[in-house]
Amino acid sequence: MLTPTYMDYSSTTPVDPRVAKKMAKYLTMEGDFGNAASRSHYYGWQAEKAVDEARSQVADLVGADPREIVWTSGATESNNLAIKGIANFYHKRGKHIITLKTEHKAVLDTCRQLEREGFEVTYLDPMANGLLDIEEFKSTIREDTILASFMHVNNEIGVIQDLQTIGEICRENKVFFHVDAAQSVGKIEIDLASLPVDLMSFSAHKIYGPKGMGALYVSRKPRVRLEAQMHGGGHERGMRSGTLATHQIVGMGEAFAIAKAEMKEESERTLRLRQRLYDGFSDMEEVVVNGDLDQRISGNLNISFNYVEGESLMMAISGVAVSSGSACTSASLEPSYVLRALGLSDELAHSSIRFSVGRYTTEKDVDDAIALVREKVEKLRELSPLWDMYKDGIDLNSVQWAAH
Amino acid sequence: MAYGKKVLDHYENPRNVGVLDKDAVNVGTGMVGAPACGDVMRLQIQVNDDGVIEEAKFKTYGCGSAIASSSLLTEWVKGKTLDEASQIKNTEIVDELELPPVKIHCSVLAEDAIKAAITDLKNKAS
Repeated sequence: MLTPTYMDYSSTTPVDPRVAKKMAKYLTMEGDFGNAASRSHYYGWQAEKAVDEARSQVADLVGADPREIVWTSGATESNNLAIKGIANFYHKRGKHIITLKTEHKAVLDTCRQLEREGFEVTYLDPMANGLLDIEEFKSTIREDTILASFMHVNNEIGVIQDLQTIGEICRENKVFFHVDAAQSVGKIEIDLASLPVDLMSFSAHKIYGPKGMGALYVSRKPRVRLEAQMHGGGHERGMRSGTLATHQIVGMGEAFAIAKAEMKEESERTLRLRQRLYDGFSDMEEVVVNGDLDQRISGNLNISFNYVEGESLMMAISGVAVSSGSACTSASLEPSYVLRALGLSDELAHSSIRFSVGRYTTEKDVDDAIALVREKVEKLRELSPLWDMYKDGIDLNSVQWAAH
Repeated sequence: MAYGKKVLDHYENPRNVGVLDKDAVNVGTGMVGAPACGDVMRLQIQVNDDGVIEEAKFKTYGCGSAIASSSLLTEWVKGKTLDEASQIKNTEIVDELELPPVKIHCSVLAEDAIKAAITDLKNKAS
């Protein structure tokens, strides 16, 4: 079987061979397999040295102090630790949290859990382009608001929030600001030395590092305190216990170091590829880009081919691995909540495809994908009663549908 | 989720795609589902003087299983009387296409479509 072309880099990325090679040195008897917490012998010291180096590499990419980096198992854990950690530590100051409806489930479900524990959460609607309405956010802040959590770049539509402006508002109102940066780190500039952000979640596997590895930035100035969610040996200054996974940590460090060195060139290249992809579709009828096209990460194109259902399109273009906001790709039968929150009609949400290009995508990959998608969209529209109706000038909203 | 062979076959080579004259007295049209739910099926049947279905056409907006279910149904109803066609159960479609539980609603929709087409035809006759 011919393997499909990978165009789902927002979902995960392959580990860069340079990263994999380095990781392999921290596993076996011949390598540095020690426990970084073993303070009394050579093996422990070697592991600790590797962990420290990786911590500096991660900190370097985002303008942080290495002491502000806490290792976790991934962005989901980082989000949990940040949000629950703040809520549990500062609950006496207030019990109100603000977030956005288009956040990742790791943020939304964590907030839901806190609601069950007596916190109050406001879930703001984004504007139609996916960005936070700054004025609405301001007016939502209350005396008892302790935390705002907004993602830097959205995983489905790739739009970039203005962290500087949001962070300044948070500081003025003494609200902690947490940012899920899983989709942005290593792709766009982040300088935590100047950004007014208190907590930031990172993942390794979105930028060519290993899965199961992440970090949380916890600001020292101003000092932010967290209640630990994982208890044990007091690792990571008590914020996250558990023996450090040296090989994973080293992998994340290396991936972040490579990103720092190559980010500028790589984002220019992926932007050219994204533009090429978009140009390949832009003359088609009834094609809509979801989310702001300018305030957007370079590798992401989320696009709806109206009157064609997303899952059947993915099936038709099985030579290209992408993802869809269609309900049929999830168990819930609900179309993407992110696209719905933008105010997209259900049918446009059902018709959406997310292409995400990355380090190993070539121009030929893009050209092949364009040709394939164009052919299959045409075929599926021939099969679509909705396309017929559109061509006959029937307004689909005027039809009485039997919902099921 | 991987698709079964039969779903893929119907999806890649859908049978009886097309449109019949919805105003003809011997044509029944069933349109079921909703764009908001991600699937809409339009199934049309044409009967001869003996009440036997001599032609069936469909168009479907939906996932691969929805397309396959409607394609299969057009094959099955041809040559059947209206009574026979109305006896087709969604479970037969599920069995034939080996649909997973999450796709059973596609077969239900197909059953609804043929019933709606038959009702439309009967309404025209009366």
